[in-house]
Amino acid sequence: MKRRLLGAVAAAALAFGFANAASAKTLVYCSEGSPENFNPQINTTGTSFDTAYPVFNKLVEFIPGTTKLQPGLAESWDVSDDGLTYTFNLRKGVKFHARGGFSPTRDFNADDVVATFNRMWKKDDPYHPVSGGEYDYFNDMGMPDLLTAVEKVDDYTVRMKLAQPESPFVANLAMDFAAIHSKEYMDAMMKAGTPEKVDQEPIGTGPFIWANYRKDDRIIYNANVNYFRGKQPIDRLVFSITPDQATREARLEAGECDVIPYPNPANIAKLKSNPNLQVLEQEGLNVGYLAMNVKKPPFDNKLVRQAFNMALDKEAILAAVYKGAGKAAKNPIPPTIWSYDDSVQPYPYDPEKAKELLAQAGASNLKTDLWYMPVQRPYNPDAKKMAELMQADLAKIGVTAELKTFEWGEYRKRVQGGEHMTGMLGWTGDNGDPDNFLGVLLSCTSAREGGSNIAKWCNEEFSALIDQAKQISDVEKRTELYEKAQAIFHEEAPWVPIAHSVVHMPMSKKVKGYKVHPLGTHIFEGVDIEE
Amino acid sequence: MTDITLPAAEPVSRPISPSREVWLSLKANKGAMAGLIVIVLLVIAAVFADIIAPYHYAQVFKECVVEVCPPAWREGSDPRFILGTDAVGRDLWSRLIHGSRYSLFIGSIVVTISLAAGILFGLLSGFFRGTIDILIMRAMDIILSVPSLLLALAIVAILGSGLLNAMIAVAITYIPHYARLARAAVLTELPKDYVTASRVAGAGTLRLMLNTVLPNCLAPLIVQATLSFSTAILDAAALGFLGYGAQAPTPEWGTMLADARSLIRSMPWVVTLPGLAILITVLAFNLLGDGLRDALDPKLKR
Amino acid sequence: MLRFVLTRVGLVIPTFLGIILLTFILIRLVPGDPVQVRVGERGITEERRLALLHEMGLDRPLHVQFFDYVGGVLQGDLGISIITKKPVMVEFLTLFPATLELAFFAILFAASIGLPLGVIAAVRRGSAFDHTVMGLSLTGYSMPIFWWGLLLILLFSVDLGWTPVAKRLSDDYFVDQVTGFMLIDTLLSDDPMNEGSFLDALHHLILPTVVLGTVPLAVIARMTRSAMLEVLGEDYIRTARAKGLGSIRVVAVHALRNALVPVVTVIGLQVGTLMGGAILTETVFSWPGIGKWLVESIGRRDYPALQGGVLVIAALVMTVNLAVDLLYGLLNPRIRHRR
Repeated sequence: MKRRLLGAVAAAALAFGFANAASAKTLVYCSEGSPENFNPQINTTGTSFDTAYPVFNKLVEFIPGTTKLQPGLAESWDVSDDGLTYTFNLRKGVKFHARGGFSPTRDFNADDVVATFNRMWKKDDPYHPVSGGEYDYFNDMGMPDLLTAVEKVDDYTVRMKLAQPESPFVANLAMDFAAIHSKEYMDAMMKAGTPEKVDQEPIGTGPFIWANYRKDDRIIYNANVNYFRGKQPIDRLVFSITPDQATREARLEAGECDVIPYPNPANIAKLKSNPNLQVLEQEGLNVGYLAMNVKKPPFDNKLVRQAFNMALDKEAILAAVYKGAGKAAKNPIPPTIWSYDDSVQPYPYDPEKAKELLAQAGASNLKTDLWYMPVQRPYNPDAKKMAELMQADLAKIGVTAELKTFEWGEYRKRVQGGEHMTGMLGWTGDNGDPDNFLGVLLSCTSAREGGSNIAKWCNEEFSALIDQAKQISDVEKRTELYEKAQAIFHEEAPWVPIAHSVVHMPMSKKVKGYKVHPLGTHIFEGVDIEE
Repeated sequence: MTDITLPAAEPVSRPISPSREVWLSLKANKGAMAGLIVIVLLVIAAVFADIIAPYHYAQVFKECVVEVCPPAWREGSDPRFILGTDAVGRDLWSRLIHGSRYSLFIGSIVVTISLAAGILFGLLSGFFRGTIDILIMRAMDIILSVPSLLLALAIVAILGSGLLNAMIAVAITYIPHYARLARAAVLTELPKDYVTASRVAGAGTLRLMLNTVLPNCLAPLIVQATLSFSTAILDAAALGFLGYGAQAPTPEWGTMLADARSLIRSMPWVVTLPGLAILITVLAFNLLGDGLRDALDPKLKR
Repeated sequence: MLRFVLTRVGLVIPTFLGIILLTFILIRLVPGDPVQVRVGERGITEERRLALLHEMGLDRPLHVQFFDYVGGVLQGDLGISIITKKPVMVEFLTLFPATLELAFFAILFAASIGLPLGVIAAVRRGSAFDHTVMGLSLTGYSMPIFWWGLLLILLFSVDLGWTPVAKRLSDDYFVDQVTGFMLIDTLLSDDPMNEGSFLDALHHLILPTVVLGTVPLAVIARMTRSAMLEVLGEDYIRTARAKGLGSIRVVAVHALRNALVPVVTVIGLQVGTLMGGAILTETVFSWPGIGKWLVESIGRRDYPALQGGVLVIAALVMTVNLAVDLLYGLLNPRIRHRR
């Protein structure tokens, strides 16, 4: 504000009247895009999840900055010995927000939990078809088949029953889609004939009350004075929607934004040198990789895949693309996840050996395509640049790689369909469980056409190991199984694992208490700003 | 035009050929000459890019990847790279020189496609009138009523990103201008005596179109072509800027600029120089186009 | 006269129908599947894909979709955005004032500077001033405005700190959207917290206005100059001069009035160019308007939004062009009787 004030003085004609009358403590977060809506049950993008996060609570929540769990709307929970029944004891005296003509007549209770899950789960629930009626995350986490019951035991106890033991279940309930809605608000909107308002103008129990949204412009939240963890240090939270990266950085430097996501890694040093700014960093729970489609010769040959692993100069890629904000990857899961196998010896950068392997496989003078994502992702800040570097590296071992890309939605569809020979992609974890990487990205189930295993690699032994690990809850035993699986992955080399990126969050030095969340959500609970 | 010209009644001045007249008028126009010189330089750069450019446009210098090599006027520059390197460690000067190829290429292709299609539609419309005329001209109106950048974006969205598709998309949006010009020219030329004469002499419609009428309406088309050469470069660059144009590692200036724009604070030269190259090229073609218009359009000559 | 108006209006109707068909076809030709837009990095089963297609009405025969669409358009219904699930018309109307406000100021800026420059350049034809103005205007006309915008932001906003970097209003103000025009809404707001917000909104308009106005400014200056030259060469001006009328009076009263007709026409015809420029300007300045929305809709494969947006914009451009055409015909009888 001060800098802008100075600027205003300089622009003499407009100088007067700029003093800001606002006394409320405001934090401006320049977000990267408009949300699809404000209901995390139905939306699928991180951008949308961010905008709903301040409004809602879940039964169980991640401690900001970690993948550890803390009680949310459930104060505690018990698991039966067979791992099939979970009982949640709910927090008492929690109030839903009052806004826009709605004021709750009762506290949060078990009815809200049941209604929340029924909307996503029960096809005959009156709310199920509202706003498109697709609950992608709920479905993709396998919930419809996993759950057999969500019941109210009494006002403050909820019981959930599962079809089979599933060790990551509680962590799944901390994911965004499991945000708890107000049954009372849902009923009121249904009665008023505007059920979709629940998704457009959300009401939750969270630290901030949703106040106003102007499309492509900004979202305003006010602090919730009745919040069960206490009122927030700031009075107002503004999401100022700024999709352009260069503009976002310029706005931060000019003092128009207090916090921005997704800076260009090449500019981190520049931002760090600004005395008004600080740049927080945290190893992201992600992996960026180049997948080789084993269904397409010569990539069905292990030697070719190993050759690619030796041909790419990861250090140069890390330096050029991640600008030091990344860690070379050797396993398909990031080192911050338990069961990461540090004993795996990464393939060395060795173009000569790579050439030999290719010759051995009879694949010299290989022509391939190389697909790169058209967008910036948390695990890969600049896929295009990375592709150009890879192209140069591959040329050195006699491989001609043609760069290809498509619009982002189309891109995912085509690589999931297995159209590519080699293609880049990556993954950001949902819940901090190793199965969320190994199962989703490398199992036989997801190697089907359209599945997220884009190497289309199906190794029976590997798949059996991770299936087994999912059924048991003993962490030590699971670790053992996952380590075995990683050794197989390394030998078979369906990917060139490239990097785990470090997430950078540039912000004003005035911002206090911000924690970079490894799951990628931008969380403002507990954040303060100095006046 | 025809061989029934009478011997010159006044043998005072030697007749000058029309093209020579245009050239003389152009030569007197300083702006047009400046534009022409720049264009000639660009053509030389484009033709001899492989010789002039010190490096291949895609050659990566790993030593400039980690710590970027800035241009000569900045501290810490590397004498090998006058204009520094880009974010991937490639010599910017070499990339800019090679980029001239793409700009001239874009301009030529776009102008060729739109000129050919436009003339075809215009001639058809003007000669046949009636339903064909109505259909063609309505179609042209439709194209014109959608802002050209928006239409080009929509077309590229269909065809897919890429330089070739971007050129086709831009070319489509220019067709109406040529079609209208050609049609108007046909309508003014048709009633003239020489056309009637050829017609009486038994010239077929096609022959009439191509041999008789077309050469006489070339002047406005040439001016339009020069001017749309520059707009084509601008529009293709705009598509590149929005991410729908040429793809890496093509050193097309608009794409280079788009790739680098978030680096404007830390590596300003990778943003300013390609932009400047676009501006200078476009300006040169506009200067020449203006000069040509003045030279070819006697009405504006004073 | 009536006949002239009727013919022109009559010509517009088939064009409009053609545009409906064009947008419909264009959008269907886009490869890629809107369903895929909703799915993340994970896969999707064929069964669910079909269910989603059905729900969006995209599995029906094309002609059924088309007649549905035309029927909707005639009732002002442009369909529902796939991404936000809100009516496209509502989305458009929310964002349109931002674009209109920007475009209005850009034209105002271009005309208020371009007109006098063009007039003076014509009067002092051949002078250094004339050459400078013409040189600068050709440069402006050749400007890649997305680059120009970046340079201006870098200089005036980041380095000098004189102007805001982006958006329409500082985030310290909370003005309700009433009309959508920020300058009006800030005046309507009686919240004492919003004191000074009007000037703040004006302050935010400066750079985008300059960027979007650059090309029209160049066009107007050049057009004014040549129109003025033409008029100044005509007999009645020479007569007026010969009668001893002051130079300024001749220029201001006689010449400018007559030169204005073609100039106003040119300004009117800038609407299409302005919309194209708005796409780039809004992208650079994160200006929440139609241009940026359309580009993003393309990226998001939001068929209905893109279709509706292009249609409404084409209709607007056509309407403005028609109005200019009619006005020109009214002012200039020679045109009316042609054809």
